[in-house]
This record gives sequence, C-alpha cells and structure tokens, in this order.
Amino acid sequence: MNNASLGSIFLDALLINNFVLAVFLGICPFLGVSGKFATAWRMGVSVIFVVSVSSLVAYGANQLLLAMNAEYLRIITYIVIIASTVQLVEMFIKKTSPALFRALGIFLPLITTNCAVLGVALFQTAREYSLAQSVVFGLGASCGFTLALVIMSVIRERLELSDIPDMARGTAMVLMLAGILSMAFMGFAGMGAG
Amino acid sequence: MSSHSHGAVTVNSGPENAEVFFSGLWKQNPVFVQALGMCPMLAITNSVRNAIAMGIATLFVLVCSNALISMVRRIVPRQVRIATYILIIATFVTIVEYLIKAVSIPVYKALGPFIALIVVNCMILGRAEAFASKNTVGKSILDGLGMGIGFAIGLLCLGSVREILGAGSFLGIPLFGPNYQPWVLFLLPPGGFFTLGGWLLVFAWWKNRQRRQKDLALGARA
Repeated sequence: MNNASLGSIFLDALLINNFVLAVFLGICPFLGVSGKFATAWRMGVSVIFVVSVSSLVAYGANQLLLAMNAEYLRIITYIVIIASTVQLVEMFIKKTSPALFRALGIFLPLITTNCAVLGVALFQTAREYSLAQSVVFGLGASCGFTLALVIMSVIRERLELSDIPDMARGTAMVLMLAGILSMAFMGFAGMGAG
Repeated sequence: MSSHSHGAVTVNSGPENAEVFFSGLWKQNPVFVQALGMCPMLAITNSVRNAIAMGIATLFVLVCSNALISMVRRIVPRQVRIATYILIIATFVTIVEYLIKAVSIPVYKALGPFIALIVVNCMILGRAEAFASKNTVGKSILDGLGMGIGFAIGLLCLGSVREILGAGSFLGIPLFGPNYQPWVLFLLPPGGFFTLGGWLLVFAWWKNRQRRQKDLALGARA
C-alpha cells in the first residue's frame, strides 16, 4: 500500500513526472498528431476518457489476478482490457454523441497502442496504489499527456510559417522542441517531495 | 544470395531474402527512417548496457511474433487480426520479462515497466500488419531479424552518445579520466530528446547531400 496523498499523486503525474516529457510514454502520438491544435486537443480528450476507464478496470483485474495467484497473466490481461475499453468508449461515444465520434475519427482505435495507457496500468500496479489513488493517477497522467500535446501543437502551428533549415523539418525539429520543453518541465522537479 | 545460408527459406514471389533482411538495417530502418518505437528508444538509452538489453529483448519478441503470426496468417479472420497479433506479442513479452528476471535482476530493475511496454511498441505491431501477415514464415523471420537489429543499432547509437557525454564512460568503463565533468543533462529526459533529434538531423543532412550529389551528376550528364 502506498500512502501518498491524492493531490501530490495528481500533480506528480501532471507536471513533475509528465508522462510525455519526463517518463517518455506516448511519444508516437506526441510526434504524430501534434501538427494541428484541433486534432491534438481531440486526441488528448479521448486519451483522458480511455485512461480513466482502463485504470479503473485494471485495478479490479489486478486484484482478481492477485487473488488467483496468476500475476504472469498481467500483461495479457491489461492489453485485453485496454483494447476492449477503447472499443467500449468508441461505441459509447458513437451512441451518445455522433458529432464527437466523427471529430475523433481514426484516433480512437489508435489509442490501443498508445503506451501511455498501458503505462498507467503498469505503474499503478508497481506502486501499489489504492483504487482512489489509481484513478487520480490515471487522470493526472492523461491530463499531463494532453497538456504536453497541446503545448507542442501550438508551438508547431506558430512555426508553420517560420524559416526552418530544410533538413531540420519534421521529426528532428519536433524532438529538439520536445527537449527544450522537457528542460522547462524539469523546473517542476523542486515541487515534488515524493 | 542468402538463400544458401537459410536452408528452410523458400524463394518464391515477393522481395528477395537479402533485400528483406537489409532493408530493416538501412533503407527502412525503424528508428531513423520510420520513427517507430520511440518510447523505449528515449527512455532506456541512458546507458549502453540498458540499450543492449532492450535491443536483444525487442529483437527476440519481434522475431518470435513475426514467425508465429506468419504461421497463423491464413487461419485468423480479418476482423480480429489486430487483437490476435497483440495477444501473440503480449505472450512473447511475458516470456521475455521472466527470462530477463531469471538472467539478471539489475537489468530487470533498470528496464522496469519498459519490458512490459514492448507490447505497445508500434514497430512490432507494424511489422506484424505490414509484413508477417502477408509473407512466408522464413521471410517473416528474416524481416524480424533485420528490423530488430536495425532497432538495436538505433538504441546503441543513442545509448553510446548519452553515456559518453552524460557519464564520461562506455559500458561502465571511464573514458576521459577523473577530471571529466559529466554533462549530466544527457542522462536526463531532455538529453534523450536532444540526442535523438541530433541523430535524425545527421541522417537528414546525409540524405540531402546524397540527393544533391545525384542531381549534380544528372546535371553534368545532361
């Protein structure tokens, strides 16, 4: 059992150990869909959805696996949970808000292979978080992912018209920007006590 | 030309075996050309030892899952193929996790949750969907070997730069003597981004140069 307070877990996952910029999870969507603010924002919101639900279900599943003494099934269980959560969220959004469903488009199914989602489930297990802590951790981590994605997309939109050397266009430039952002986020390290 | 050394590989339609193997190393390199599997690439490469361990683990999972997926490619219905691929990959990742735990506890601790995260390495699922689901077992194994080694080379490029600059050592052996002031930033997260960005810049510069030379040669002939 881990006895960190809920507020510190949230801030830690959101800023201090930001999932994208400090732990390196969810880099592929971070590089891939950070070109436009609108898509980045939608992607972020759907990740928050999926992470919250899957971290809740993964907590329950882990208790079940522990009770059955079957920890070796953990990775397979988690990936099945995530894949079905994505499917569920997809059906739910399609039913309740067709407009949002159309807006999210291809990004929804792609969340299955976003390592931030599996990362949340694995980290909350490794740190032995309780149910409330797991949910808050999932929320903080996915909000942190959205924050990094949105910041990057805004920077990239502004850089669209600027004069960048030919060879630095594309991924190389995004990685350099991410490095600078990551240095800025290191400033939050002083806030965390543990 | 490699059909002699791989007796089980049958040569039929599709790309040549040697071409399949070498495209992963250079032309289709998963790291520098396709920019896939970036998360372990950045997170694990703060020392050469971790990079090598991660490279071998990923190579093993990639080769095994490619082989199995290629074997079952005619049985699996199209609608559930992605789920099947992920389950196959997850099985091999579990095997690797327990293997590493059995071989070396320090390496297991250093890689931490990133061993389990091999499941969602988009490069592996990408090869399953793009190659193993359409080609013979032999070719899929070759493709897995080429891509896996290409990925490991990328990890090694990053890991060595970061360890040499950030700790002044290579594989734990000090390089610059006791007066070297380590450039710690390169062991921290920003260093990962900067190093990978730097390598991509070098590759882009190299490709630009080659293209310019080709253009010049064409211009001279015309």
